Amino acid sequence: MTRAVFSPAGGTASEQRPDVDMSTSLGFLDLPAPVLTASGCAAAGRELDQFFDITELGGIVTKSVMLQPRSGRATPRMAETPSGMLNSIGLQGPGIDQFIEKDLAWLEQRGVRTIVSIAGSNVDEYSKLAQKLRNVPGIAGIEVNISCPNVENRGLVFACQPDSASSVIQAVRRFSDPKMPILAKLSPDVTDITEIAHAVVRAGATGISVMNTTLGMVINTDTMRPALAGVTGGLSGPAIRPIAVRCVWQIRKALPDVPILGMGGIRTGQDAFQFILAGASAVSVGTVVFNDPSAPIRIQHELAQQLADHGFSSLSDAVSFAHRSADVDLVDDVEEEFEIE
Amino acid sequence: MSSPLQIRGEVLDVKRAGSYFVISLTAPGIPEITRPGHFLNIGIGGEESSMLLRRSFAIHQVQMRGMYGGTLDIVVGVNGKGSQWLSERRRHDPLSIVGPLGRPFVLPKEKVSCVLVGGGYGSAPLFMLAEQLRERGCRVDVVLGAATEEKLFGTLDIKRLATTLTITTDDGSSGTQGRVTDVLPDIMDKSDSAVVYACGPMGMLSAVAAIASEKRAHSQCSVEESMACGIGVCMTCVLPVIGDDGVTRMVRSCVEGPVFRGDRVRWSDVGTVPADTWGAPVEGGH
Ligand SMILES: Cc1cc2nc3c(=O)[nH]c(=O)nc-3n(C[C@H](O)[C@H](O)[C@H](O)COP(=O)(O)OP(=O)(O)OC[C@H]3O[C@@H](n4cnc5c(N)ncnc54)[C@H](O)[C@@H]3O)c2cc1C
Ligand SMILES: Cc1cc2nc3c(=O)[nH]c(=O)nc-3n(C[C@H](O)[C@H](O)[C@H](O)COP(=O)(O)O)c2cc1C
Ligand code: FES
Repeated sequence: MTRAVFSPAGGTASEQRPDVDMSTSLGFLDLPAPVLTASGCAAAGRELDQFFDITELGGIVTKSVMLQPRSGRATPRMAETPSGMLNSIGLQGPGIDQFIEKDLAWLEQRGVRTIVSIAGSNVDEYSKLAQKLRNVPGIAGIEVNISCPNVENRGLVFACQPDSASSVIQAVRRFSDPKMPILAKLSPDVTDITEIAHAVVRAGATGISVMNTTLGMVINTDTMRPALAGVTGGLSGPAIRPIAVRCVWQIRKALPDVPILGMGGIRTGQDAFQFILAGASAVSVGTVVFNDPSAPIRIQHELAQQLADHGFSSLSDAVSFAHRSADVDLVDDVEEEFEIE
Repeated sequence: MSSPLQIRGEVLDVKRAGSYFVISLTAPGIPEITRPGHFLNIGIGGEESSMLLRRSFAIHQVQMRGMYGGTLDIVVGVNGKGSQWLSERRRHDPLSIVGPLGRPFVLPKEKVSCVLVGGGYGSAPLFMLAEQLRERGCRVDVVLGAATEEKLFGTLDIKRLATTLTITTDDGSSGTQGRVTDVLPDIMDKSDSAVVYACGPMGMLSAVAAIASEKRAHSQCSVEESMACGIGVCMTCVLPVIGDDGVTRMVRSCVEGPVFRGDRVRWSDVGTVPADTWGAPVEGGH
């Protein structure tokens, strides 16, 4: 892997860019570029804009916002793990009203394609969030974080049951502008992720974001207690990448026409390329931002290079390419031999 | 305030100082915009490292010019794997650096008398601060404390910047046996201090802030919370802080700190979410 030496702007602006059409779409959400930030790993864009021009990305997915202001959980909220980390933030945030007034207004004025991530503790909260966002300018799409405990169903996570997952998506769909792209964000902590994917698509999701963190735990051997105040936490980072690629692959196979926003441990353009080949039309970069604040734009450039190196002139040609049937390669080989002769 | 930079620096020198390592490095562009109390985030283990999270270190000294352009020093106490890796760096090794980060110490407008209190390597950011306070004509009394003599940092060098220097160790191996807070009230009385600056462990900061409040002095405390990103995007580094409006919020110490007014941090509630915090869980709710 080659990584550009950091310039103060963190960018690689003066480099020669491969001539690859990077535009993509997630259903009826058209994006000029395929790399986005992952919810909760870029706040609302402002901080990362100090390191690179965030308008060059496919978009910013904002931290999941709830109806009311949220203090989040007690600390410690994180623990480093091999090639990853565990977090238990508890969705700290300003609540939807202040989010619209401050964060969204800034993003709109900055000209950023913004995907607003929403989270609720019951179906009604999701409905109200969708209503609040309806007619607000500057929203390119809504990502519905359903990896939250449903307080009305013994705290079971919405994303883990097809019926609760679909009731949330139905509610958001019903109260949103019919043209608003809605991505359902799935959790990998289920027996069969394709069952959930089918359910949310039937409920009106126009695309799928996958994956959220997977539940984990660390014991601090000094205190001999759980390392996180929240006891368990979500595992993210390169450690979970193979799980995420598997989820993308399975969903693509089960639902060939549903666009996927893939994420989980993407650190390089080559990692992003895996997700594209497995069936994602765009990718989000999360935890790696903590290691490299300019990672999203670096990965976008590296992905273009990967595509060029593999002979693709457009990103969309590479989407799902790993699913092609065996005889496709065979035909290619024969043609090449002919050319040589 | 200027934005932080993401740069590649290079190790110039690693020196031992008691139980610490002083690492000098090139950090193009950073010295010029550094103020006392700023910190750096340093990448550990190279580009393929399995230790993803950067480690935070206070900026100890900066040199604007010289043979290598801008350079700076950090003081590293070996704690776990990341700081161990840093202590093993050698001349010319590359380092990935993000900084300067955080809100620095606020300096007084008037020539008031100041006390600087450092616990262990917490003295690191106080050198630049002492220098700038002296330039402004402030009286600067310094108190450095640690568990043992080995764990004190910079006692010789800070002398030239300090009006008085008082040392405490828990075991009495250097200076007065006891804690910095045992000697602080007396020093504040004698020097009629208006501001106390402190950097060190949470327990020390809490006690120093209480003494300052008692003596009606302003206090500026630099806290050390575990941080995943250091740039304000992840929300891991929070602690309960009372705002100008009297409301307690869980505040990010990487961007709204690490320096806080001592009377605004709810020291005894650090690690918890007090019930009256903005957005705290309510009965029957989340
Ligand atoms: C603003 C700030 C300034 C600091 N300045 C200095 C300094 O000048 N000199 C110095 O020696 N140390 C300083 N520290 C502490 C230093 O960051 C930790 O000692 C270091 O992160 C430990 O990493 P490790 O890999 O050795 O330990 P590990 O325990 O292996 O680290 C595991 C994880 O926990 C975090 N962590 C562990 N201990 C601490 C701690 N005490 N504070 C914050 N995060 C921690 C690490 O960042 C890492 O993510 C500072 C911390 C902060 C937040
Ligand atoms: C600190 C942190 C906070 C997160 N917050 C959210 C969140 O608010 N909403 C959400 O849908 N996902 C959240 N995530 C999950 C990420 O968006 C992403 O799905 C996951 O971390 C996997 O990608 P990664 O390995 O690139 O980080 C968070 C992850 C981290 C590490
Ligand atoms: S460390 Fe990420 S917000 Fe402070």
